[in-house]
Amino acid sequence: MDFSFPPEVEEFRAEVREFLAEHLTDEMIDATHDGTIHAPALHAAMAERGWLAGPVPEELGGGGRGALASVVLNEELQLARAPIDAMAVSIVVASILLEHGSEHLKTTVVPRLLDGTALGCFGYTEPESGSDVAAARTRAVRDGDEWVINGAKMWTTLAHIADYVILLTRTDPDVAKHEGLTFFLVPLDTPGIEIRPVPTMAVERSNATFYDDVRITDEWRVGEVDGGWTVMKTALKYERGIAGGQFPSPPVIDAAVDWARTHQRADGSRPIDDPTVREKLMRALIDVEVCRGFAYHTAALAEDGVMFGVEGSMTKLFASERYKQHCRWFQDLMGVEGLLTHHNPDAHLGGRIEEHLRHSPVTTIYGGTSEISRNLIAEGHLGLPRAR
Amino acid sequence: MRTRLTDDEEAVRDVFAGFFGNESAIEVVRGAEPGGHDHDLWTKLVATGAPGMAVPAGAGGGGATLRDLAVVVDVWGSHLAPVPLVEHAVAARLLHTLDAPANLLDPVIAGDRIATVALRDPVDGSARLVPAGAVAEVVLARVGDDIVARESAPPGTGPRNTGDLPLADRDLRGAEVIGPARKWTRALDEWRALMAVAHVGLARAALRLGVDYVSTRIQFDVPIGTFQAVKHGLADASTRLEGAHLLAHRAVWALDTGRPDATRLAGMALLFSAETARFVTDRSLQYHGGYGFAEEYDIQLYHRRASSWLLQLGEPGLEYARLADAEFGPTDGRRIA
Ligand SMILES: Cc1cc2nc3c(=O)[nH]c(=O)nc-3n(C[C@H](O)[C@H](O)[C@H](O)COP(=O)(O)OP(=O)(O)OC[C@H]3O[C@@H](n4cnc5c(N)ncnc54)[C@H](O)[C@@H]3O)c2cc1C
Repeated sequence: MDFSFPPEVEEFRAEVREFLAEHLTDEMIDATHDGTIHAPALHAAMAERGWLAGPVPEELGGGGRGALASVVLNEELQLARAPIDAMAVSIVVASILLEHGSEHLKTTVVPRLLDGTALGCFGYTEPESGSDVAAARTRAVRDGDEWVINGAKMWTTLAHIADYVILLTRTDPDVAKHEGLTFFLVPLDTPGIEIRPVPTMAVERSNATFYDDVRITDEWRVGEVDGGWTVMKTALKYERGIAGGQFPSPPVIDAAVDWARTHQRADGSRPIDDPTVREKLMRALIDVEVCRGFAYHTAALAEDGVMFGVEGSMTKLFASERYKQHCRWFQDLMGVEGLLTHHNPDAHLGGRIEEHLRHSPVTTIYGGTSEISRNLIAEGHLGLPRAR
Repeated sequence: MRTRLTDDEEAVRDVFAGFFGNESAIEVVRGAEPGGHDHDLWTKLVATGAPGMAVPAGAGGGGATLRDLAVVVDVWGSHLAPVPLVEHAVAARLLHTLDAPANLLDPVIAGDRIATVALRDPVDGSARLVPAGAVAEVVLARVGDDIVARESAPPGTGPRNTGDLPLADRDLRGAEVIGPARKWTRALDEWRALMAVAHVGLARAALRLGVDYVSTRIQFDVPIGTFQAVKHGLADASTRLEGAHLLAHRAVWALDTGRPDATRLAGMALLFSAETARFVTDRSLQYHGGYGFAEEYDIQLYHRRASSWLLQLGEPGLEYARLADAEFGPTDGRRIA
């Protein structure tokens, strides 16, 4: 086995670090307190370097930078706390379109997603269907050359700033649920779309989106009619491969180490000298190394043309579950000071650990819950009998 | 980057999967209890060249890399094979590095004399509960600024213990100085990384036992593996196992290629892999129900070794402390060696 990166990827890592030192500012990170995890200036600067197209396979017309470079980019962005949700989602949307979209979509929309002038978002989840995503009810009905869409989506995150939503609809209600689905790319300025904010317990905001006689032409269809499940599988593949989430913990650990070194307890001691604190910090750092192993492995498989499957679920399951634990440990470490939010000028490091603790519950829910990941691992990898 | 075994490594694995599959079936493991050593198996292992395989060919070894050795150790761990492969291989490599005299070095590389490392430093000339101490003729230890070797007849048996390991106290008085203590860290790191891999092998086999059992045991008219509580426990076990596998082999690679973070990764890998082996054996035993507790079922063999291997090094808490010292600097100016 060999865990070394090729020299050009090591050089790329150095370039990314330099780029982030120059372009990623504290103001950008703090700007996400309005709930939108996106930094337009950073996004534009990355697009200018061709980094949005980088992770898209070359044979699909992307930058073809390769999976190892992509994982390195992802890692550095996450370690630096860069707000990249909109970027990650837009790259996934572009990849889906390149694999399943019409010529129209490939030539008009994809270039804009990859040059940073347009953003995409995901419209899979509905009020009545989440984990059971194939139970979507939003209807699309053909009318001449047009499709008429009616329904509601829940958790359409970023819809309020995005240009397009990749929308999962039901085109045939009379067949098995996986067989009557069709995808569309819908411009969010199409008449009949309403976007309402959904505030959360953390800083991020999401949306509920409503579709009332929304009319689009057939060239906005993605994949076959009633072939939506195939597209969904591609979408999940890219989401697990590109969208990151392998390194949520390092910023929390950095903050905890900083606190442990600088805080003085009532008895005059520093937490960093406390063996129980040191053990927790080490355990968290070990978990990060495990995440690194997962991330590099998944990338190495992709680079060798071995499509990863269960590895993506394992990575997401492990990284998010441990992240929740780390947030808990390190808020506890700070005692009552750990409760102060970013609104408070003297919150430690702008209330970073508090913000992460609040954010952490969603990481084991969105993008496939931990329970769904465990089902996939148990049935797909261990071969245990299906219950459903 | 190659995070899967190379073709050559796969070939090594297949050879030793065959060897341990034939020669160290679970009856052999049971037959070696409680002493934890099967000398016939050792003799057969010596014939394969494994004990000295990771010593350069010029010195009479097999010229294999630490990574190749790790592939063998992975299989060894999965079979719980009752022979002191890791301690011996680490001792052989250390003796070679120290340029030990031929009369000491050669029989160890050949495997004719079993060697071991006293992982915990001796006190007043006596090393307590040395791994493989019951069977090793050569014991290496760190004493002050020196590495010493003591050649003496092993006691053959030691005290009964959780994992049925061949632990024994060894008297190191009169040991010969063979090198400087600064070379000791590397040997311990190799033990850590290789034992991390061994735990991964153990855990993989234990998970397989659990999966097989829950796929065939029927309760409430269905295989118990249909129940989500059972599935999810095994999915967590499988996830940690994959993570441990990647970290353990990465630590070996780091040592093999002289990466600056090798010591750190070796320590981390051992702790994580041992915890994983404990978690996996706990889940697998649990899903065996009462039979898991029965002597007759094999999962208990794995459970007891998963409880034991790490403790040969001492308190796990001190391992975390050691890693923390390197990461954050010593506490209040005190340093844990
Ligand atoms: C902040 C946020 C942002 C999001 N962004 C988007 C987005 O941009 N686009 C989008 O389409 N979606 C988005 N989602 C939706 C997200 O993907 C879903 O919330 C998630 O898939 C779970 O669906 P659900 O919320 O309906 O929960 P449910 O599916 O109702 O699940 C509830 C509980 O039941 C468990 N459960 C369900 N089925 C099983 C089963 N078979 N076995 C065991 N347990 C099970 C779940 O694990 C969970 O614990 C977002 C969600 C949040 C909270």
